[in-house]
Amino acid sequence: MDFLFIQFLNGLASASSLFLVASGLSIIFGVTRITNFAHGAFYMLGAYMAYTLTEHWSGALGFWGGLLAAAVAVAIIGALLEIILLRRIYQAPELFQLLATFGVTLVIEDLVIQIWGAEDLLGRRAPGLKGSVDIFGQAFPTYELMLIVLGPAVLGLLWLLFHKTRWGVLVRAATQDRMMVAALGVNQARLFTGVFALGIFLGALGGAVQIPREAVHNAMDLQIIVEAFVIVVIGGMGSVLGAFLASVLIGELNAFGILLFPKISIVLMFLVMAVILVIRPWGLLGRPESHARSALGTAERPIRPLGRGGRNAVLAVLLVLLILPVFGGSYLLNVATEVLIFALFAASLHLMMGIGGMVSFGHAAYFGLGAYGVALLVKFLEIPMAGGLVLAPLLAFTGAVLFGWFCVRLTGVYLAMLTLAFAQIAWSIVFQWDAVTGGDNGLLGVWPAPWASTPEAFYYLTLAICAVGVMMIRRIVFSPFGYTLRSCRDSVLRADAIGIDRQRIQWLGFILAGTFAGIGGVLFAYLKGSVFPDNISIPISVDGLVMVLLGGIQTVAGPVVGAGIYKALSIFIISETEFWKLILGTLIVILVVAFPQGVVGFAVDLFRRRDPDDGEAGEAPA
Amino acid sequence: MMLEVHGLESFYGRAHILSGVHLTAAKGEVVALLGRNGAGKTTTFASIVGLVPRCTGTRVFGGTDISGLATHEIVRLGLGYVPEDRRIFTDLTVEENLLVGQQPPREGAPTWTTEDLFDLFPNLAEMRGRLGGHMSGGEQQMLTISRTLMGNPSLVLLDEPSEGLAPKIVEQMAHAIIEMKKHGLSVVISEQNLHFARLISDRAYIIEKGRIRFDGTMAELDAQEEIRDAYLAV
Repeated sequence: MDFLFIQFLNGLASASSLFLVASGLSIIFGVTRITNFAHGAFYMLGAYMAYTLTEHWSGALGFWGGLLAAAVAVAIIGALLEIILLRRIYQAPELFQLLATFGVTLVIEDLVIQIWGAEDLLGRRAPGLKGSVDIFGQAFPTYELMLIVLGPAVLGLLWLLFHKTRWGVLVRAATQDRMMVAALGVNQARLFTGVFALGIFLGALGGAVQIPREAVHNAMDLQIIVEAFVIVVIGGMGSVLGAFLASVLIGELNAFGILLFPKISIVLMFLVMAVILVIRPWGLLGRPESHARSALGTAERPIRPLGRGGRNAVLAVLLVLLILPVFGGSYLLNVATEVLIFALFAASLHLMMGIGGMVSFGHAAYFGLGAYGVALLVKFLEIPMAGGLVLAPLLAFTGAVLFGWFCVRLTGVYLAMLTLAFAQIAWSIVFQWDAVTGGDNGLLGVWPAPWASTPEAFYYLTLAICAVGVMMIRRIVFSPFGYTLRSCRDSVLRADAIGIDRQRIQWLGFILAGTFAGIGGVLFAYLKGSVFPDNISIPISVDGLVMVLLGGIQTVAGPVVGAGIYKALSIFIISETEFWKLILGTLIVILVVAFPQGVVGFAVDLFRRRDPDDGEAGEAPA
Repeated sequence: MMLEVHGLESFYGRAHILSGVHLTAAKGEVVALLGRNGAGKTTTFASIVGLVPRCTGTRVFGGTDISGLATHEIVRLGLGYVPEDRRIFTDLTVEENLLVGQQPPREGAPTWTTEDLFDLFPNLAEMRGRLGGHMSGGEQQMLTISRTLMGNPSLVLLDEPSEGLAPKIVEQMAHAIIEMKKHGLSVVISEQNLHFARLISDRAYIIEKGRIRFDGTMAELDAQEEIRDAYLAV
């Protein structure tokens, strides 16, 4: 009993730190609509800054002042980031800010290693709170008690800020209707900068208060960011009180989950999120997202079939790909094969998010299920490659049928987070079900049939399958079903009103996208000869998102080109330099600012401006 | 002239919405922009306050060229805007809604306090703490006008203030607009309801398919039955 109470207090203490980070994320999202992927990086930066400052400043004042100063310093960096970078891309499609902040995360991760080194750093203990207090005969650290108080205290201060100051009222108004706030004479830009700085301050403070508890290290960011997103979504995006409740829930879940369900402790958080989202589609205290009111008179360019020039470009690229083995060695062919696989993966994600309007943060699930599908078929049934290619995508298909059924009940970021939850559940099954999946060791010996085992042969096989796959996706986009899917994306209300069963259509789109991703995964397994839990993990999902956004979400060719650019760039940069995160991150940021429509979107704009009649609607889809 | 607009051209994507719209309002004048649904009234107002990205033409307010300024900069010069769909902050109380609209007093423009506005719309005084989302349409219309007046504007663009309101509330609106005029405010309203416009306006414009088809005093409009029939009759 006493032990359980102590465990309960531990849960509350970690809930407080989680709340600091999550509330910052929630406030930023609520007002600016930025899904700030870099929030974890700022949390980490807060911890490092606090470490350095508290090492230099002595005494109690030095310690507490150091924590606060670290948070303020990081908040200033955040404000500068908002002014220099994010302000330029508020007009871009919403997820572009996610891409930009992803680039920033990569840059910060590398900078942190350059400045502070790769070693774990042990910070100072808090002066005056080094000891422990006796609770039911058990020693409980005083510092943890302080943290337990800190959470509700910050919640109270935020409540006062948002209800008793004009600035806070403006922030709440802007959360609801940014345009109207501007139409009442409020400088939105300055309000956004302030909100962003406040959010970053909270995140960095969350990191700073960690230093007496745990070593500071350079993977802190990814550890916290997913948890913080889960909390924000469970609580309801933009709701500070919701973030608090969800933090307590997750904090306690972590504290007790490990005792009650040690087998599934990693995935418990995602299970809970999935259940909550199915019952309350907008989180505990969230509200249905009001249909985003875009500025008057902005028109999104509809997706059109390529014009003559575009088709010639596609043919030229195909031709180059066909003769590639003539002048490329086996290394180049290996890279090219991998790029092709990811092109299909990105195209399938685009079908889901660009055409279906369902953003997925967990597309790796279907890629990984395809890969594991084939590995399991080989391991247990010794199925030859031809059978594997046909049967293995069925596992991805089944996963998409099951997960999709739940996901299409939600919309927007909530849907995206539910896809993430399912992907993580799939990941943890693969990771922990040793007997079947081999767990961390993966499954080996997934080799292509002899006739396809040379790099050239496998390259051509992959080229054929991926080219046909992308063509099929394109065909779907311009089919009546594709138009129906787009109508559901653009206006649920009108789609309903003309008798379209939105959920059913989106479910079908979800299943198709998942199956194509699964085909990519199958090829990937044969290419590598093995499968690992990494194939189904978050980085794969993030890679997919980056490819789609980089290429441009408003074109069919965009994701394919984005996959080529991103995959080739990252393989090249990683092989050339140890600062690959820094360089890749900077490149992503530059590309986002330079091509807010994506690379292909930009090219199409350029092309159409020169020749406005090319590729107009009315041209028959091929 | 308080507000001068000439040769206003606005586009939504490729759609050409306004073609050469002109409109002026003098100090203390109430001007009506009349037209049917979809004629271009709302777009005209949105273009003036900088909410339409693709828009060209002369827009001068109080001697300052406002074309190219951001919406909040235009509003801060004293040009108040009340949108057609009211856009109350439903999560905020009446008093908080008013607080959002608050701007410093402005020379040459009437100054409004919360209490002045509660005098103008007594209904609001009884519901200071009520959430915007828990108000009737008429109450929301009063609140949205009050909120804009909190910015102490010298001119207000009122987009269809009578739309969807009960006759008794419409009467209160007319009374309030006359009161605003008495304080020296210029008011430009857009309306489909000629009867309502006639109660309060000095001059009128008629807009149809993005072009101004008539401009003159209310008396002149009354004399030209064929114009009224062509552009306003339902």
